[in-house]
Amino acid sequence: MSVTGVETSEDVDVSRRKFLTAATAAMGGVGAVFALTPFVASWKPSERARALGAPTEIDLSKIEPGQMATYTWRKQPLYVVRRTPEMNGGLAAHDAQLKDPKSEESDQPDYARNAARSIKPEILVLYATCTHLGCLPKARFDVGDPTVGVADWKGGFFCPCHGSKFDLAGRVYEGSPALTNLRVPPHSFTDDKTLVVGVDAATVAAAAGAA
Amino acid sequence: MAAVPGNEQGPVYKDGSFREWLNKRLPVDEFVASQLTGYFAPKNFNIWYYFGALSLLVFVLQIFTGIFLTMHYKPSEMAAFDSVEYIMREVEWGWLIRYMHSTGASFFFIVVYLHMFRAMMYGSYKKPRELLWIFGMLVYLALMAEAFMGYVLPWGNMSYWGAQVIVNLFGTIPVIGPGLVEWIRGDYGIADSTLNRFFALHVVAIPFALALLIMLHLVALRQTGSNNPDGIEIKEKKDANGKPLDGIPFHPYYTIKDVMGVGVFLTLFCLVLFFSPTFGGLFLEPPNFEPANPLSTPDHIAPVWYFTAYYAILRAVPSQQLGALLMLLAVAVFLFLPWLDRSPVKSIRYKGILSKIALTVFAITFIVLSFLGLQPAEGLYVLLARIFTVLYFAFFLLMPWYTSVERTKPVPERVTYHG
Repeated sequence: MSVTGVETSEDVDVSRRKFLTAATAAMGGVGAVFALTPFVASWKPSERARALGAPTEIDLSKIEPGQMATYTWRKQPLYVVRRTPEMNGGLAAHDAQLKDPKSEESDQPDYARNAARSIKPEILVLYATCTHLGCLPKARFDVGDPTVGVADWKGGFFCPCHGSKFDLAGRVYEGSPALTNLRVPPHSFTDDKTLVVGVDAATVAAAAGAA
Repeated sequence: MAAVPGNEQGPVYKDGSFREWLNKRLPVDEFVASQLTGYFAPKNFNIWYYFGALSLLVFVLQIFTGIFLTMHYKPSEMAAFDSVEYIMREVEWGWLIRYMHSTGASFFFIVVYLHMFRAMMYGSYKKPRELLWIFGMLVYLALMAEAFMGYVLPWGNMSYWGAQVIVNLFGTIPVIGPGLVEWIRGDYGIADSTLNRFFALHVVAIPFALALLIMLHLVALRQTGSNNPDGIEIKEKKDANGKPLDGIPFHPYYTIKDVMGVGVFLTLFCLVLFFSPTFGGLFLEPPNFEPANPLSTPDHIAPVWYFTAYYAILRAVPSQQLGALLMLLAVAVFLFLPWLDRSPVKSIRYKGILSKIALTVFAITFIVLSFLGLQPAEGLYVLLARIFTVLYFAFFLLMPWYTSVERTKPVPERVTYHG
């Protein structure tokens, strides 16, 4: 304080003022981040979207051997194929033509990381979205289908958008823009005829154990 | 007679006049004097200098028609497609307002691309106009987001699958990708929540951002002044009153000239609007006249023509991660033009033969890539897309070399008139 009682610029403690300004700005910045949180979080799937994304049951008795049916879970289309022994028999022969024959780079539950990419060899469950950019690959199950453009085609899926090709276990062929195999959703079976998509057997068992 | 206090150099008004009353409260005359009648633009502008003003015109047109569309449109999964059909069939003149908006989107990109090409031809991005160029590029980026989200709103099948492909591009980002995609959609697939938030961004957030960026673009233009086809600074040669010898007041000279450009533009606009609003599937694609169907992909997904050059680059790369990255770079690389161009001269008129070849090849490349992006990604098309992707990036990456080694022509002292 100056003797006259009037504060002049000489009386200002500049370093103190700078410190207080910086501290206020920093606190304000932290506050702004916290204040933004609800707005950013409001974009996440809502409670309703999450409830609608609960596991779904599929009646397998409606799918004949060699047939495919399309379902949806969490707004995502699913392919369920009841493969015949002949269809499964061809799976091992063309590993050399595939990018990821052992599904090491691909997205599937551990119980589907096997030769047929399934729990039961005959039931194949896949997300129907191409791992390239999310189009729906089309079923091309006929052996030697000339429209696919793969020599010695043993049946599988062909994506019309950018030309990715997958075999009957959803494994991607070399020369496709997609890098990984078609994804397998978490799934389990309650009985021989009922498939449940969205929950795996281990989770069910753990829940049963807890109860 | 009295000058306005604080602006003694400014206009003098009759005491008690309305203009004096108004200008003491709002600097109307000062604004007009500094921004229009006292803003000097080079007198050698050619036809390429119409497209900035025309971009602003289309922006206003899009805002205006857009406001009227929101009065009938319903942004929900169940109602969106039907509400657009309702606008087209049952709202009086609704078809016209909707087609003005959809045709306006394509014309927006036509004039913006020509405006950008003008800047590349005459070196308008070069010092001291780097920020002017960057604000312009930010306008272009915001416009791309605006156009993409707008295309999703009619909820046709191409809206849906286009959104699917573009949103999934974010999924290629390592680690955070999948979570980010879910956050953008607000659901486990493209859904009602996605449509609803795109609507909010399309009609409120991005138009505000666009308006702000356009204002900054214009403020930066007022600071540096316009470039011209000769690429010389008119501020360097002034008369006794301090007015540029090669400049003329923006108003009335260029406002009158622009009115003529607007007349020609609106004639072409109306020809498309009335006779071919879908423009053979280029402005509005046929699959978008079917409602969105998550279980049926259109046989061939392509964005609207103004994005297809980048889409061709995306598909030219076998790895999707690298493809998405290259596509992003193809847009972002424009931001670095002011520093890639090492030429001592601005305008293509005085640059060497290498720059002339490079710019011509680039223009052809952009058109060819735009065409390839509309075609299915197979066989020869993929090969061509790869070749032209290389040419596209070569234009930018080799620019520091070819602009510095070539022989330039001497730049005139004063502006010239040759075409």
